[in-house]
Amino acid sequence: MLNPKLKLNPKIFDQEVEQKPIRDGYGDALVELGEKNPNVVVLTADLTESTRSNKFAEKFPQRFIECGVAEQNMAGIAAGLGVSGKIAFISSYAAFSPGKNWETIRTTIVYNDSNVKIAGHHSGIVTGPDGATHQATEDIAITRCWPNIRVISPCDYWEAKKATLYSAEVYGPFYIRYVRDKTPIITTEETPFRFGKIEEFWVPQTNADKNLVAVFATGHLVYQALLAAKDLEEEGIDVYVLNVHTIKPLDVEKIFEITKKVKGIITLEDHQVQGGMGSAIGEALMNIDFQRQYGFFSIPPIKFLGLQNTFAESGNPDELIQKYGMNKEAVKRAVYEFLNAN
Amino acid sequence: MIEELHDEKVKFLEEKANEIRQLIIEMLLEAGSGHSAGPLGMADIFSAFYFHILRHDPQNPDWPDRDRLILSNGHICPVRYAAMALAGYFPIEELKTLRKIDSRLQGHPHRTTLPGVETSSGPLGEGISQAIGIAYAGILDKKDYHVYCLTSDGEHQEGNTWEAYMWLGKNPLPNLTIIIDRNYIQIDGVTEDVMPLEPLKQKLESFGLHVLEVDGHNIRSFVDAIRETKSEWRRTSVIIAYTIPGKGVSFMEKKFEWHGKPPNKEEAKKALDELRTLGGKIISEHQ
Repeated sequence: MLNPKLKLNPKIFDQEVEQKPIRDGYGDALVELGEKNPNVVVLTADLTESTRSNKFAEKFPQRFIECGVAEQNMAGIAAGLGVSGKIAFISSYAAFSPGKNWETIRTTIVYNDSNVKIAGHHSGIVTGPDGATHQATEDIAITRCWPNIRVISPCDYWEAKKATLYSAEVYGPFYIRYVRDKTPIITTEETPFRFGKIEEFWVPQTNADKNLVAVFATGHLVYQALLAAKDLEEEGIDVYVLNVHTIKPLDVEKIFEITKKVKGIITLEDHQVQGGMGSAIGEALMNIDFQRQYGFFSIPPIKFLGLQNTFAESGNPDELIQKYGMNKEAVKRAVYEFLNAN
Repeated sequence: MIEELHDEKVKFLEEKANEIRQLIIEMLLEAGSGHSAGPLGMADIFSAFYFHILRHDPQNPDWPDRDRLILSNGHICPVRYAAMALAGYFPIEELKTLRKIDSRLQGHPHRTTLPGVETSSGPLGEGISQAIGIAYAGILDKKDYHVYCLTSDGEHQEGNTWEAYMWLGKNPLPNLTIIIDRNYIQIDGVTEDVMPLEPLKQKLESFGLHVLEVDGHNIRSFVDAIRETKSEWRRTSVIIAYTIPGKGVSFMEKKFEWHGKPPNKEEAKKALDELRTLGGKIISEHQ
């Protein structure tokens, strides 16, 4: 069942569930931040409206910096602002920033420990009709490998807004990934956002006999995991659905706590399975130091759902997540596989 | 306000430049790796910055009102370290730790490791963008510090450099001055053979920049050029400083082979003898 403690959207399973773009959470947070803190500055590389930086730009023109189609320059200017008392947000598509300007960010923002928040928009294959060039599906891999950065992948509008607001409170580099299209509202304004914590969005009714599967999901696909959990509940199958909004630092303690209780793990992300959130969980579980720390050595098998070493293509988001095995049906199939493997 | 140089100050700055050159040779010999030609070529300009131009306080490197000296071509950092040590940022003895384990003097500069270093640099073409950010923050905060960005000529082959110039063409920052070390060498050879930059001045002017040319070894001319940029308030100024790579050590001068290697013991001795006798003009203290 839905975890009652988290004040999640009670209408989440309605046919007409409210939908809102995750990127709007970024835009609305920027305006709030702009009003609250005169040191917040926003930069873009010719993508003001589509990264939802436009409201900030209208309200605070002096603190908004248009860089033109020049992602390296944008990262460098932000790095300079960030070491000079400013909190700089750089807004572009994740395929270009941190895609195209990866080394600039590495040197001038991350290694340099500058107070810059990298907003990677149009992440995932649900960027849809634009095709694979614009569907960032490696951004988690190429950011979480850096030391000295925090990586967040919010599941909906509210979480995106809270994550954006939070990032301004903490000095140093952040990477946050956002999604273009409307996606279902999973949380509410009241749902707590606890940076660095994995949250149990769906909890098993019974604690029965370890015949459980845990689904670790991130981003908008948390919704698909919840849909699967709901269907499975009706079939009498209990699962966990965990929302992994913070990919770095990873909540290793929670991962082990859950892993001890299950016979199989599914990871679900709109990203390449190589190097993504699932890989991060796999690395943690296979790490002998963590195994010793948490006193648990018999790691169950993991099913990695996400892009399987391929680029996706143009199409509408629902078609794409079906074809590339990221929808609720894919989750259910993976659960059945584990349960039938007795 | 940067004062005009009088003769005695010029002499003082030249002596400091010579000391910087000697320290560069000594630290590179000790390190066993690093770049020789670029740092030697920029010794006069670094002397001018640390001992005349910059508003700074070596005892208080994070002073919010300090002028910022951004080194874009991080590989010439031995010249910066030598100048900083002479200016009192850290003990001269520490220069011997260059490129060694547990040292604050990284092979390419790291901002958070060594106070007084404004950015981390090494990968080329990234300095001007950061200098823009730092200068823009100064304008937002109504601070009167000035930002100087030192660049190499080779890094003008990087797209990022021209992205930054294009931005400055649209948004001129009068509190930013860019200096190009025009020494005509890069790792693979002479710039005009590897990937021609000329006509550099015209290219920069076509981007809307205010461009000056100066002899990078004539400290008085360099300081005059810096003073002149202060009266330009509509455009960002770029000073093309013509320098001789390896300047001061005859067998290194104008040789791109010395871009990325240190002297061995014998070469270092020869270099130091030359510097200490100013090319044989005075009797060496070691003779």
